[in-house]
Amino acid sequence: MSTTVSVTPLAPAGTWAADPVHSNVSFEIGYAGVNTFRGAFKEFTAVLAGDSLEGTAAVASVDVKDDHLNDHLQTPDFFDAERFPEIAFTATELAKAEDGTLSGTGELTIKGVTRPITLTGRIADAPATDPFGRERLGVRLEATIDRNEYGVSWNAPNQSGGNYLADEVALFAELALVRQEG
Amino acid sequence: MKVLAVSGSLRAGSHNTRLLEEAAAAAPDGVEVELFDPARMAALPLYDQDLDDEVAPASVRELREAWAGADAILFATPEYNGSIPGGLKNAIDWASRPKLDPALRNQTVAVIGASTGQFGAMWAQQDLKKVLGIAGARAVGDPVPVARAHEGFPEQLHEQLRGVLQRLVEATELEAVAA
Repeated sequence: MSTTVSVTPLAPAGTWAADPVHSNVSFEIGYAGVNTFRGAFKEFTAVLAGDSLEGTAAVASVDVKDDHLNDHLQTPDFFDAERFPEIAFTATELAKAEDGTLSGTGELTIKGVTRPITLTGRIADAPATDPFGRERLGVRLEATIDRNEYGVSWNAPNQSGGNYLADEVALFAELALVRQEG
Repeated sequence: MKVLAVSGSLRAGSHNTRLLEEAAAAAPDGVEVELFDPARMAALPLYDQDLDDEVAPASVRELREAWAGADAILFATPEYNGSIPGGLKNAIDWASRPKLDPALRNQTVAVIGASTGQFGAMWAQQDLKKVLGIAGARAVGDPVPVARAHEGFPEQLHEQLRGVLQRLVEATELEAVAA
Protein backbone atom coordinates (compact mmCIF):
# COMPACT_ATOMS: atom_id res chain seq x y z
CA MET A 1 0.00 0.00 0.00
CA SER A 2 1.42 3.34 -0.93
CA THR A 3 1.29 6.37 1.28
CA THR A 4 0.63 9.87 0.15
CA VAL A 5 3.33 12.39 0.82
CA SER A 6 1.85 15.48 2.33
CA VAL A 7 2.81 18.96 1.30
CA THR A 8 2.07 20.21 4.80
CA PRO A 9 5.10 21.30 6.82
CA LEU A 10 6.83 18.79 9.07
CA ALA A 11 6.45 21.01 12.07
CA PRO A 12 5.00 24.40 12.93
CA ALA A 13 7.22 27.21 11.73
CA GLY A 14 10.26 28.08 13.73
CA THR A 15 13.40 26.39 14.89
CA TRP A 16 13.29 23.16 16.86
CA ALA A 17 16.39 22.04 18.73
CA ALA A 18 17.12 18.69 20.35
CA ASP A 19 16.93 18.52 24.11
CA PRO A 20 20.09 16.45 24.72
CA VAL A 21 18.88 14.75 27.90
CA HIS A 22 15.76 13.29 26.33
CA SER A 23 17.26 12.56 22.91
CA ASN A 24 19.58 9.79 21.80
CA VAL A 25 22.01 9.44 18.92
CA SER A 26 23.13 5.85 18.65
CA PHE A 27 24.39 3.08 16.41
CA GLU A 28 24.07 -0.68 16.01
CA ILE A 29 26.55 -3.02 14.40
CA GLY A 30 26.61 -6.78 13.91
CA TYR A 31 29.12 -8.36 16.28
CA ALA A 32 30.88 -11.73 15.97
CA GLY A 33 28.32 -12.66 13.34
CA VAL A 34 25.69 -13.55 15.93
CA ASN A 35 24.88 -10.42 17.96
CA THR A 36 24.02 -6.77 17.69
CA PHE A 37 26.29 -4.35 19.52
CA ARG A 38 25.07 -0.87 20.47
CA GLY A 39 26.79 2.38 21.20
CA ALA A 40 25.83 6.04 21.47
CA PHE A 41 27.17 9.57 21.37
CA LYS A 42 26.62 11.50 24.57
CA GLU A 43 27.24 14.95 23.06
CA PHE A 44 25.35 15.98 19.95
CA THR A 45 23.25 18.74 18.47
CA ALA A 46 20.25 18.63 16.14
CA VAL A 47 18.14 21.46 14.77
CA LEU A 48 15.02 21.14 12.61
CA ALA A 49 13.87 24.11 10.54
CA GLY A 50 11.44 23.77 7.65
CA ASP A 51 12.16 20.49 5.88
CA SER A 52 15.84 20.39 6.88
CA LEU A 53 17.54 18.90 9.88
CA GLU A 54 21.16 19.51 10.75
CA GLY A 55 23.15 17.80 13.43
CA THR A 56 26.58 17.04 14.82
CA ALA A 57 28.01 14.45 17.21
CA ALA A 58 31.27 14.72 19.15
CA VAL A 59 33.53 11.73 18.51
CA ALA A 60 35.10 12.20 21.95
CA SER A 61 31.72 11.48 23.52
CA VAL A 62 31.27 8.00 22.04
CA ASP A 63 29.99 5.65 24.71
CA VAL A 64 30.15 1.86 24.45
CA LYS A 65 30.23 0.73 28.10
CA ASP A 66 33.92 -0.21 28.07
CA ASP A 67 36.68 2.37 28.53
CA HIS A 68 39.27 0.40 26.58
CA LEU A 69 36.95 0.21 23.61
CA ASN A 70 36.00 3.89 23.98
CA ASP A 71 39.72 4.70 23.79
CA HIS A 72 40.27 2.47 20.76
CA LEU A 73 37.33 4.11 18.97
CA GLN A 74 39.11 7.48 19.28
CA THR A 75 42.23 6.28 17.47
CA PRO A 76 43.00 6.23 13.73
CA ASP A 77 41.93 2.54 13.70
CA PHE A 78 38.35 3.85 13.98
CA PHE A 79 37.17 7.49 14.11
CA ASP A 80 40.57 9.25 14.30
CA ALA A 81 39.29 11.87 16.73
CA GLU A 82 42.44 13.97 16.56
CA ARG A 83 41.90 14.79 12.90
CA PHE A 84 38.14 14.40 12.73
CA PRO A 85 36.60 15.36 16.09
CA GLU A 86 33.08 15.79 14.77
CA ILE A 87 30.52 13.78 12.84
CA ALA A 88 28.15 15.97 10.83
CA PHE A 89 24.76 15.25 9.41
CA THR A 90 22.35 17.13 7.17
CA ALA A 91 18.91 15.94 6.09
CA THR A 92 17.12 17.82 3.36
CA GLU A 93 13.75 17.44 1.70
CA LEU A 94 12.33 15.56 4.64
CA ALA A 95 8.76 14.65 3.82
CA LYS A 96 5.99 13.44 6.08
CA ALA A 97 3.39 10.96 4.91
CA GLU A 98 -0.18 10.95 6.25
CA ASP A 99 0.63 8.08 8.61
CA GLY A 100 3.47 10.08 10.19
CA THR A 101 6.33 8.27 8.47
CA LEU A 102 9.24 10.40 7.38
CA SER A 103 11.51 9.97 4.42
CA GLY A 104 14.30 12.03 3.03
CA THR A 105 17.84 12.21 1.86
CA GLY A 106 20.85 13.62 3.53
CA GLU A 107 24.59 13.78 3.81
CA LEU A 108 26.68 12.25 6.52
CA THR A 109 30.31 13.19 7.20
CA ILE A 110 32.46 10.78 9.19
CA LYS A 111 36.26 10.89 9.29
CA GLY A 112 36.26 13.66 6.71
CA VAL A 113 34.29 11.64 4.15
CA THR A 114 30.88 12.96 3.08
CA ARG A 115 28.42 10.50 1.54
CA PRO A 116 24.74 10.69 0.65
CA ILE A 117 22.37 8.71 2.87
CA THR A 118 18.72 7.73 2.71
CA LEU A 119 16.62 8.32 5.78
CA THR A 120 13.43 6.85 7.11
CA GLY A 121 11.63 7.60 10.33
CA ARG A 122 8.62 8.98 12.12
CA ILE A 123 7.49 12.33 13.42
CA ALA A 124 4.81 13.12 15.99
CA ASP A 125 1.48 14.26 14.58
CA ALA A 126 1.54 17.53 16.46
CA PRO A 127 3.61 19.20 19.17
CA ALA A 128 2.80 18.71 22.83
CA THR A 129 3.28 21.32 25.54
CA ASP A 130 5.27 20.06 28.52
CA PRO A 131 4.62 20.97 32.20
CA PHE A 132 6.95 23.94 31.83
CA GLY A 133 5.20 25.43 28.83
CA ARG A 134 7.69 24.33 26.19
CA GLU A 135 6.44 22.95 22.89
CA ARG A 136 7.94 19.55 22.12
CA LEU A 137 8.00 17.38 19.04
CA GLY A 138 9.32 13.82 18.72
CA VAL A 139 11.30 12.72 15.67
CA ARG A 140 12.97 9.41 15.01
CA LEU A 141 15.29 8.94 12.04
CA GLU A 142 17.37 6.03 10.92
CA ALA A 143 19.80 5.19 8.15
CA THR A 144 22.12 2.33 7.31
CA ILE A 145 25.66 2.89 6.07
CA ASP A 146 28.67 0.83 5.06
CA ARG A 147 31.36 2.01 7.50
CA ASN A 148 34.13 1.10 5.03
CA GLU A 149 32.97 3.90 2.74
CA TYR A 150 33.95 6.31 5.51
CA GLY A 151 37.29 4.65 6.19
CA VAL A 152 36.17 3.18 9.51
CA SER A 153 37.40 -0.25 8.55
CA TRP A 154 39.03 -1.94 11.54
CA ASN A 155 38.19 -5.63 11.73
CA ALA A 156 39.46 -9.03 12.80
CA PRO A 157 38.58 -12.50 11.50
CA ASN A 158 36.35 -14.72 13.64
CA GLN A 159 37.86 -18.13 14.29
CA SER A 160 34.66 -19.69 12.97
CA GLY A 161 34.75 -17.60 9.79
CA GLY A 162 33.59 -14.16 8.75
CA ASN A 163 34.61 -10.97 10.49
CA TYR A 164 34.27 -9.83 14.09
CA LEU A 165 32.51 -6.60 13.11
CA ALA A 166 29.93 -6.20 10.36
CA ASP A 167 30.38 -3.67 7.57
CA GLU A 168 26.85 -2.28 7.87
CA VAL A 169 26.06 0.08 10.69
CA ALA A 170 22.55 1.28 11.52
CA LEU A 171 22.35 4.84 12.82
CA PHE A 172 19.53 6.23 14.92
CA ALA A 173 18.55 9.72 15.99
CA GLU A 174 15.70 9.79 18.48
CA LEU A 175 15.14 13.48 18.99
CA ALA A 176 13.12 15.32 21.59
CA LEU A 177 12.85 18.63 19.76
CA VAL A 178 11.96 21.79 21.66
CA ARG A 179 10.70 24.89 19.91
CA GLN A 180 13.15 27.72 20.32
CA GLU A 181 11.88 31.14 21.34
CA GLY A 182 12.28 34.14 19.13
CA MET B 1 60.88 16.43 8.93
CA LYS B 2 62.45 13.89 11.27
CA VAL B 3 61.59 10.20 10.93
CA LEU B 4 62.75 8.05 13.81
CA ALA B 5 63.87 4.60 12.64
CA VAL B 6 63.26 1.82 15.16
CA SER B 7 64.75 -1.62 14.59
CA GLY B 8 63.12 -4.59 16.31
CA SER B 9 66.43 -6.42 16.33
CA LEU B 10 69.19 -5.75 18.87
CA ARG B 11 71.90 -7.73 17.04
CA ALA B 12 74.92 -5.68 15.94
CA GLY B 13 74.80 -7.06 12.37
CA SER B 14 70.99 -6.89 12.20
CA HIS B 15 69.44 -7.08 8.74
CA ASN B 16 66.60 -4.85 9.94
CA THR B 17 68.94 -2.16 11.24
CA ARG B 18 70.67 -2.34 7.86
CA LEU B 19 67.28 -2.04 6.19
CA LEU B 20 66.69 1.19 8.11
CA GLU B 21 70.10 2.48 7.05
CA GLU B 22 69.05 1.73 3.48
CA ALA B 23 65.85 3.71 4.13
CA ALA B 24 67.93 6.65 5.41
CA ALA B 25 69.90 6.57 2.16
CA ALA B 26 66.65 6.54 0.16
CA ALA B 27 65.06 9.46 2.03
CA PRO B 28 63.40 12.13 -0.13
CA ASP B 29 64.57 15.74 0.18
CA GLY B 30 63.65 17.31 3.48
CA VAL B 31 63.36 13.99 5.31
CA GLU B 32 65.95 13.11 7.91
CA VAL B 33 65.95 9.50 9.09
CA GLU B 34 67.50 9.07 12.53
CA LEU B 35 68.22 5.60 13.90
CA PHE B 36 66.88 4.95 17.39
CA ASP B 37 69.80 3.23 19.11
CA PRO B 38 68.69 -0.41 19.70
CA ALA B 39 70.62 -0.30 22.99
CA ARG B 40 67.98 2.11 24.30
CA MET B 41 65.32 -0.52 23.69
CA ALA B 42 67.49 -3.16 25.38
CA ALA B 43 67.79 -0.90 28.43
CA LEU B 44 64.05 -0.93 29.13
CA PRO B 45 62.76 -3.02 32.02
CA LEU B 46 59.99 -5.49 31.25
CA TYR B 47 56.69 -3.63 31.32
CA ASP B 48 55.35 -3.57 34.86
CA GLN B 49 52.58 -1.23 35.89
CA ASP B 50 54.09 -1.07 39.38
CA LEU B 51 57.14 0.66 37.86
CA ASP B 52 54.96 2.99 35.79
CA ASP B 53 53.99 5.42 38.53
CA GLU B 54 54.35 9.21 38.60
CA VAL B 55 58.04 9.01 37.75
CA ALA B 56 58.69 6.21 35.28
CA PRO B 57 62.23 4.74 34.95
CA ALA B 58 64.68 7.01 33.08
CA SER B 59 64.99 4.60 30.13
CA VAL B 60 61.20 4.67 29.75
CA ARG B 61 60.97 8.46 29.97
CA GLU B 62 63.64 8.77 27.29
CA LEU B 63 61.84 6.27 25.05
CA ARG B 64 58.52 8.08 25.40
CA GLU B 65 60.13 11.45 24.74
CA ALA B 66 61.96 10.22 21.64
CA TRP B 67 58.96 8.39 20.15
CA ALA B 68 56.45 11.14 20.86
CA GLY B 69 58.86 13.85 19.69
CA ALA B 70 59.49 12.37 16.24
CA ASP B 71 57.41 13.60 13.30
CA ALA B 72 56.89 9.96 12.29
CA ILE B 73 58.35 6.54 13.13
CA LEU B 74 59.53 3.85 10.71
CA PHE B 75 59.66 0.40 12.31
CA ALA B 76 61.65 -2.48 10.84
CA THR B 77 60.92 -5.85 12.38
CA PRO B 78 62.37 -9.32 12.09
CA GLU B 79 60.08 -12.30 12.71
CA TYR B 80 60.58 -14.46 15.78
CA ASN B 81 58.36 -17.55 15.93
CA GLY B 82 55.85 -16.02 13.58
CA SER B 83 55.54 -12.63 15.25
CA ILE B 84 57.42 -9.57 16.51
CA PRO B 85 60.36 -9.78 18.93
CA GLY B 86 59.47 -9.55 22.61
CA GLY B 87 61.78 -6.59 23.09
CA LEU B 88 59.95 -4.56 20.44
CA LYS B 89 56.58 -5.46 21.92
CA ASN B 90 57.86 -4.43 25.34
CA ALA B 91 58.94 -1.02 24.02
CA ILE B 92 55.53 -0.51 22.39
CA ASP B 93 53.80 -1.51 25.63
CA TRP B 94 55.75 1.19 27.47
CA ALA B 95 55.02 3.72 24.71
CA SER B 96 51.29 2.96 24.80
CA ARG B 97 51.18 4.47 28.30
CA PRO B 98 50.39 6.62 30.28
CA LYS B 99 46.76 6.11 29.38
CA LEU B 100 45.86 9.81 29.20
CA ASP B 101 48.72 10.81 26.90
CA PRO B 102 50.47 7.79 25.43
CA ALA B 103 53.60 8.43 23.34
CA LEU B 104 52.20 6.50 20.38
CA ARG B 105 48.72 8.04 20.32
CA ASN B 106 48.17 9.60 16.88
CA GLN B 107 51.84 9.15 15.99
CA THR B 108 52.24 8.43 12.27
CA VAL B 109 54.04 5.12 11.73
CA ALA B 110 54.97 2.72 8.94
CA VAL B 111 56.20 -0.86 9.09
CA ILE B 112 58.81 -2.67 7.04
CA GLY B 113 60.70 -5.89 7.78
CA ALA B 114 63.43 -8.25 6.72
CA SER B 115 64.07 -11.94 7.38
CA THR B 116 66.39 -14.63 6.14
CA GLY B 117 63.36 -16.75 5.19
CA GLN B 118 61.26 -16.54 2.07
CA PHE B 119 58.37 -14.47 3.47
CA GLY B 120 60.26 -11.37 4.61
CA ALA B 121 58.77 -11.15 8.13
CA MET B 122 55.28 -10.75 6.70
CA TRP B 123 53.46 -12.12 9.77
CA ALA B 124 55.54 -9.96 12.07
CA GLN B 125 54.74 -6.88 10.00
CA GLN B 126 51.02 -7.66 10.12
CA ASP B 127 51.17 -8.19 13.88
CA LEU B 128 53.21 -5.03 14.37
CA LYS B 129 50.71 -2.96 12.42
CA LYS B 130 47.87 -4.37 14.50
CA VAL B 131 49.68 -3.72 17.79
CA LEU B 132 50.60 -0.16 16.79
CA GLY B 133 47.00 0.57 15.76
CA ILE B 134 45.64 -0.59 19.09
CA ALA B 135 48.32 1.47 20.86
CA GLY B 136 46.71 4.45 19.10
CA ALA B 137 49.17 5.08 16.27
CA ARG B 138 48.27 6.06 12.72
CA ALA B 139 49.72 3.18 10.70
CA VAL B 140 50.08 4.02 7.01
CA GLY B 141 51.18 2.09 3.93
CA ASP B 142 51.52 -1.59 3.20
CA PRO B 143 54.12 -4.01 4.57
CA VAL B 144 57.45 -4.21 2.75
CA PRO B 145 58.62 -7.82 3.07
CA VAL B 146 62.34 -8.21 2.38
CA ALA B 147 63.08 -11.95 2.05
CA ARG B 148 66.47 -13.75 2.21
CA ALA B 149 68.05 -10.59 3.60
CA HIS B 150 71.37 -12.36 4.18
CA GLU B 151 71.76 -12.67 0.40
CA GLY B 152 71.55 -8.90 -0.03
CA PHE B 153 68.77 -6.43 -0.75
CA PRO B 154 66.92 -6.41 -4.09
CA GLU B 155 67.50 -3.56 -6.53
CA GLN B 156 63.98 -2.16 -6.33
CA LEU B 157 64.17 -1.83 -2.54
CA HIS B 158 65.60 1.69 -2.70
CA GLU B 159 62.50 2.94 -4.55
CA GLN B 160 60.16 0.99 -2.27
CA LEU B 161 61.72 2.53 0.83
CA ARG B 162 61.58 5.97 -0.70
CA GLY B 163 57.86 5.34 -1.32
CA VAL B 164 57.30 4.35 2.30
CA LEU B 165 58.98 7.54 3.53
CA GLN B 166 57.01 9.60 1.02
CA ARG B 167 53.81 8.04 2.39
CA LEU B 168 54.87 9.05 5.91
CA VAL B 169 55.51 12.60 4.74
CA GLU B 170 52.08 12.82 3.11
CA ALA B 171 50.34 11.41 6.18
CA THR B 172 52.03 13.84 8.56
CA GLU B 173 51.33 16.77 6.24
CA LEU B 174 47.65 15.81 6.27
CA GLU B 175 47.80 15.85 10.02
CA ALA B 176 49.25 19.35 10.04
CA VAL B 177 46.40 20.55 7.82
CA ALA B 178 43.76 18.86 9.95
CA ALA B 179 45.22 20.27 13.16
